[in-house]
Amino acid sequence: MSVIILLLIASVSVASLFLAAFLWSVRSGQFDDDYSPASRILFEDKTTSSTKQS
Amino acid sequence: MQVETFYYDNRIVRAFGYATVVFAIVGMLAGLWVAIQFYAPAASLNFAPTTFGRLRPLHTNAIIFAFVGNCIFTGVYYSLQRLCKARMFSDKLSWIHFWGWQAIIAAAAITLLLGYTTGKEYAELEWPIDIAITVVWVVFGINLFGTILKRREKHLYVAIWFYIATWVTVAMLHIVNSFEIPVSFLKSYSWYAGVQDALVQWWYGHNAVAFFLTTPILGLMYYFLPKAANRPVYSYRLSIIHFWALIFIYIWAGPHHLLYTSLPDWAQSLGTVFSIMLIAPSWGGMLNGLFTLRGAWDKVREDPVLKFMVVAITCYGMATFEGPILSLKSVNAISHFTDWTIAHVHIGGLGWNGFMAFAMLYYLVPKMWSTNLYSKKLATNHFWLGTIGIILYAVPLYWAGFTQSVMWKSFTPEGQLKFQFLETVTNIIPMYITRSVGGTLYLAGAVLMSYNLYKTIRQGKFIPNEEAQAAPLLKTEKPKREYWHRLLERKPVTMLILSLIVVGIGGIIELVPTFLVKSNIPTIASVKPYTPLELQGRDIYVREGCYTCHSQMIRPFRDEVARYGEYSKAGEFVYDHPFQWGSKRTGPDLAREGGKYPDSWHYNHMYDPRSMSPGSIMPQYVWLLDNKLDTSSTAAKIRAMKTLGVPYPDGYDRVANIDLMKQADSIAYNLKKDKIETPADVEIVALIAYMQRIGRDIKTEQKQRMTMK
Repeated sequence: MSVIILLLIASVSVASLFLAAFLWSVRSGQFDDDYSPASRILFEDKTTSSTKQS
Repeated sequence: MQVETFYYDNRIVRAFGYATVVFAIVGMLAGLWVAIQFYAPAASLNFAPTTFGRLRPLHTNAIIFAFVGNCIFTGVYYSLQRLCKARMFSDKLSWIHFWGWQAIIAAAAITLLLGYTTGKEYAELEWPIDIAITVVWVVFGINLFGTILKRREKHLYVAIWFYIATWVTVAMLHIVNSFEIPVSFLKSYSWYAGVQDALVQWWYGHNAVAFFLTTPILGLMYYFLPKAANRPVYSYRLSIIHFWALIFIYIWAGPHHLLYTSLPDWAQSLGTVFSIMLIAPSWGGMLNGLFTLRGAWDKVREDPVLKFMVVAITCYGMATFEGPILSLKSVNAISHFTDWTIAHVHIGGLGWNGFMAFAMLYYLVPKMWSTNLYSKKLATNHFWLGTIGIILYAVPLYWAGFTQSVMWKSFTPEGQLKFQFLETVTNIIPMYITRSVGGTLYLAGAVLMSYNLYKTIRQGKFIPNEEAQAAPLLKTEKPKREYWHRLLERKPVTMLILSLIVVGIGGIIELVPTFLVKSNIPTIASVKPYTPLELQGRDIYVREGCYTCHSQMIRPFRDEVARYGEYSKAGEFVYDHPFQWGSKRTGPDLAREGGKYPDSWHYNHMYDPRSMSPGSIMPQYVWLLDNKLDTSSTAAKIRAMKTLGVPYPDGYDRVANIDLMKQADSIAYNLKKDKIETPADVEIVALIAYMQRIGRDIKTEQKQRMTMK
């Protein structure tokens, strides 16, 4: 069952990667605003010129 | 601040979208074909490539990696650009990704039908394709992270987090599970053996469901559902919490696929505990999706896109509740190896993945061609065909699974097994027929969609580069904590590098298996390596996909021991590269098949299963009787096995073929005694040698013990 060590290494390294990402995102204020991001995606960034390049 | 003007790349989205539709139809056709073979074995056409064992991996691979894969890329390439307010990092990489992925699919289709397979479910593709997948995945990763880096929107919307998690985890899973030693250009052996191989495989298999069929689709849900409903997601906070909870818990639940097998008990319990915990984040996602539509249910009545999404999210909720329940040992004892599992995955596949893909396509195509959907009515008809299709597919299979399991476990008052295995199969054939009717309806709906989208495209005008404007990201300088701040600001780069390190860990880990080989020292003294002929026969067993219908794992239950023999021990599988435990018993378990029937029985049974067991639904394997056995590969195979730690004597690879022919001649002689004339060098002889060997080692040990008494 020594293969479990391999799986643990792989799983834990990915988990710690996610943990680092989580800590970064919290500290850098990614989640400070939990209201406007949900609404922001609804706005289409249509341009004023409204010309479309083909 | 200066506003920048830039263009979204719609061409790449269109390409992936077309591929999604094409492979939806292809994958479903393959599925329907294998479903029909359950009650009409003649549908295998007596032709190797169209026989269940080869067509079923084609179906699963086509649906998972071709249909859902292309669907993910369609949605990611569309939403990521808009969420980041930036064009994709590199158009060139986008197209390498697209054509690379389609080439992999084509290579997969050809090799699987020709019988080149690693024999590990959902990871059947052989080593050159595995390498190609890794390369294309890295290309996708560079493009993904590159776009995130050049984004004009500081906040990473929750969907992007789901995409990131998908990329990182799939990279790791694919690499770890694909360790194999090449024997020839298209043949390899899994680096791991037996129990260890099973654990790695289901760690992969489970997380492939988690990070290929779940997290990316959740990301798509968080983008396309609010867009289609034109209202923000119910709770953005919940979306973040359930994302982090989901990805931290999912990865530990794999062993629940191996309950009651030879896997150590503590590992099984670990899998169960994490599976139960998964209900919370999964349902967090489902409720968040459904609640987004609060106060907008009138829109659901009108809009086919929302209809598909509501059913998709509901199916997600059902499947993620059922999953943890199935990982309770007492429930699993009933469900495992039956059609219950098939019903379960199709609630996820048809309901969650399929309907989300359809919803996305119905939303995207009118947008990108700046027109309206050609016919809402046709789309609504598609919705009902699909929904009824899912019900007609799943309900009969739940019924079939439960019925068959109960029949397997029934005993007469005298203590004998009440039903022959075959009786339990013929009993559920009506359910198999109904299931294929459900599948047909579902497929018909998809065809309707293709027509509807085609007409929509015809009436619209495609916008290849969509203009957009946004201000660039401000680099705010905070003088005091400048060092830290900058470091954090650049974290996406760090993150990309870290991700690549994870891939690099693959390289380090490459060394670990060589240490692991030592632990392959057999714990049961009577378990011996396969003879060269048996090894060749085993490869034919893998090639024909026998494991898709036959398990080799007797669980420690009274009925299984009574029906098949002594329950399976971990030590029996130490030379099995790859393991062949299987996950479904359409046919009986074969773990103690050796010595049960004479050689001639197997010969006749392979030629025509119904001549030996009337009513059997097994396909004929006529070509095995004529195909010459390729003995030129024997030496390379023996050498590969030796590298993996199988104790063949030194230099055995050079003389292996002599032993092989000796054993083949003795089997041909046995067959001759039963009035079957056959040359000794055909594939059927090798397969018989393997079949007669399975589970034998422990039997002889028991016999010895008996005589000693």
